[in-house]
Amino acid sequence: MIKVTIDGIALEVEEGTTIMNAARRIGGDVVPPAMCYYTSLKGSGGKCRACLVKVAQGSAKDPRPMPKLVASCCTPVQDGMVVLNSTSPEVLETRRSIVEFLLVNHPLDCPICDQAGECELQNFAFEHGLQKTRSEFHRREFDPIDIGPHIKLHMTRCILCYRCTQVADQLTDERVHGVLWRGEASEISTYIQKAVENDFSGNMIDVCPVGALTDRHFRFRNRVWFLNPMDAHRHCTKCSGKVVLWLRGEEVYRVTARKDQYDEVKDFICNECRWEHFETKDWVVEGPRTVEKWSVITANKYTKETVELPDQLYSKLDNTKWDAFEGVT
Amino acid sequence: MSMKILLDKVGVAGIETLPVYRAHGGYSAVEKVLKMAPADVVEEVKKSGLRGRGGAGFPTGMKWSFIDKKSGRPRYLVVNADESEPGTFKDRYLMEKMPHLLIEGIVASSYALEANLSFIYVRGEFRWIIAILEKAIAEAKEAGLVGKNIMGSGYNLEIVVQTGAGAYICGEETALIESLEGKRGNPRLKPPFPAVSGLYGNPTVVNNVESIAAVPWIVNNSGESYAKIGTPKSAGTKLISACGNINYPGVYEIELGLPVEEFIFSPSYCGGIKDGKRLKAVVAGGSSVPILPAGLILKTANGEPRLMSYESLSDGGFLTGTMLGSGGFIVYDEDQCIVRNTWNFTRFYHHESCGQCSPCREGTGWMERILHNIEYGHGKLSDIDLLWDVQRKIEGNTICPLGDAAAWPVAAAIRHFRDEFEWHVREPKECLVRNYGLPEATVATV
Ligand SMILES: Cc1cc2nc3c(=O)[nH]c(=O)nc-3n(C[C@H](O)[C@H](O)[C@H](O)COP(=O)(O)O)c2cc1C
Ligand code: SF4
Ligand code: SF4
Ligand code: FES
Repeated sequence: MIKVTIDGIALEVEEGTTIMNAARRIGGDVVPPAMCYYTSLKGSGGKCRACLVKVAQGSAKDPRPMPKLVASCCTPVQDGMVVLNSTSPEVLETRRSIVEFLLVNHPLDCPICDQAGECELQNFAFEHGLQKTRSEFHRREFDPIDIGPHIKLHMTRCILCYRCTQVADQLTDERVHGVLWRGEASEISTYIQKAVENDFSGNMIDVCPVGALTDRHFRFRNRVWFLNPMDAHRHCTKCSGKVVLWLRGEEVYRVTARKDQYDEVKDFICNECRWEHFETKDWVVEGPRTVEKWSVITANKYTKETVELPDQLYSKLDNTKWDAFEGVT
Repeated sequence: MSMKILLDKVGVAGIETLPVYRAHGGYSAVEKVLKMAPADVVEEVKKSGLRGRGGAGFPTGMKWSFIDKKSGRPRYLVVNADESEPGTFKDRYLMEKMPHLLIEGIVASSYALEANLSFIYVRGEFRWIIAILEKAIAEAKEAGLVGKNIMGSGYNLEIVVQTGAGAYICGEETALIESLEGKRGNPRLKPPFPAVSGLYGNPTVVNNVESIAAVPWIVNNSGESYAKIGTPKSAGTKLISACGNINYPGVYEIELGLPVEEFIFSPSYCGGIKDGKRLKAVVAGGSSVPILPAGLILKTANGEPRLMSYESLSDGGFLTGTMLGSGGFIVYDEDQCIVRNTWNFTRFYHHESCGQCSPCREGTGWMERILHNIEYGHGKLSDIDLLWDVQRKIEGNTICPLGDAAAWPVAAAIRHFRDEFEWHVREPKECLVRNYGLPEATVATV
């Protein structure tokens, strides 16, 4: 075990733990934001630079500070390391500029974007961004394209975090999509207009931090904050079958994998679970999903007035969970 | 005249062929190293004080000593012949004129690193050089100087020439390794450094062509002798590719420590400014290093003559100094517009950014657009401050040094030539240089 101090809070972690994961053990303000890092995707992280932190002391052995800010998502802690996150003005200033960079080409179309309410960039900009734009240039534009039967790509919104290509590499059988071109001209694209069709392709949508990869079955059908997320599962031979059903009234609007407080999926789901079971009777509904407290999704739900659960659902919920459900506001 | 160790045989008829090269003492370094212990060769290079000639100037011997020998995994030497920095064209000259010198250097260096496979990663546009190198390797192989059981020593080495596709970023060592592996040329995060986990995850040394080509001389004449050439902190000779508004553009081998003034004005080198014009500014080490106005490139801030060496060029840090970089020496006369030049450089970095990390991907484009506006008379005074702010936020926050390379020229141009930027955005929104001539203070005649 090695000792690390982040924003004045000391803790012990196993050797090899990254600064990001050490900070996540503590939680709260000492956790740096992450736009590209994704725990379960190998090789993720390091790219967006949202998680840069200051290492005020390298280690107990070599107390020199690190000359530059480091990416906390891929820098392992050393024994005696002292890290500054929200207590460093330099880190906070850099974070503001990273938001600014990410928004140079990102359209501010949140009002019509399907990801609104679940967008990591929206949250990141809300917490760390400036209130006005300093770049008065035309943002880059692309026509949305259907990549296969399930997914629509809005390249205009992509922030090139590479998560979806990592999903394609690591979860799907045949990778047909990746990054084309270079620099600002880079595009997520499929191999010569190929369709993305494989059992796990839907996970690309879940890992996309912004509204660049959208679910063709769900897009424009509802705003997420009008929906009631329910944990549910079914027996599935391809994946864990553990999902979230997004309900409005009795209708299942969409099915997604379960995300944790850092917006990450641990159990990726197959396309069958995602797109072939839109009836609640196909599922064992476990109960309402706990969504992190600051999410807009919580703003309009979990109150008696707005939640209308279909009758048959009451029977599936056990009472203890239902009590908890009522208590949340 | 400075001493020459890399280009001294250039001009000898047929020196690019093996018989002539050998007749002039070629491959004696290979003969010599094969009788030495590899560690002793590394030691010799360490003693020479040779610093990498690819841009960063990291001591070559020290880099070699970092290579992980304990892992028992295959080791590789990769020669970086991507040469893409604007203003830099020395490696291609060296390879074209002295292909066997590079190959001799590769054999000696690979032996020192105990590598049995070495790659030359050549910029794909250098088609004729690829042919020259392949021919030279075939000749050397035929003569038993490359391949199995070199000179009967039991040491084996294969050399593979690999062509790049003309991406600047593939010159960055980890992007180069990715590219060699057949992938998109995106830089890797460091650590791990290539010396521990490089090509195919094995210990790898990436060195510039010129660094490797200096090894035969060091082996033949000893590290101490090499260290005596140049200055105490900048040992040896260096190839400089000189271009811009000078009388004699070309590739020169200089002894490090040569006064900049002599390099620019002596008829043995650049031969002074073209058409009798005055010197305005110099980019001393390839497009990514800070530009310096005439006054500061000829003399340091303390008024001492500026020398062509790592330490003298960087004297004063980034406030009043620059870097030796890759040795691309670009000279500007009084008629050159710094705003346009900065825009041009930024356009290059914008185009060449790999696009992995957001400050570089978005920041280079942002700077390019601001500069374009200023250059074309649509800028505002506040744009100059914005530009300053954007470059500052790219620098140091990216995965690889391309972000810094894009930021430094912009920072230096604003620092030293802010008046020109202001002139462009104020009435009459015209280029100061094109229309009004420069104030005396910013140019120098010698
Ligand atoms: C964007 C970028 C481009 C580079 N291009 C080259 C190049 O074309 N040739 C080269 O030798 N080094 C280049 N380098 C430096 C290499 O990363 C590396 O430092 C060098 O090849 C090491 O060799 P040396 O130690 O012999 O200098 C580049 C670096 C960066 C960041
Ligand atoms: S499409 Fe989404 S997941 Fe893929 S790189 Fe772009 S932002 Fe990331
Ligand atoms: S600094 Fe630029 S070139 Fe280097 S990794 Fe980042 S985006 Fe790519
Ligand atoms: S989350 Fe660390 S760089 Fe993107």
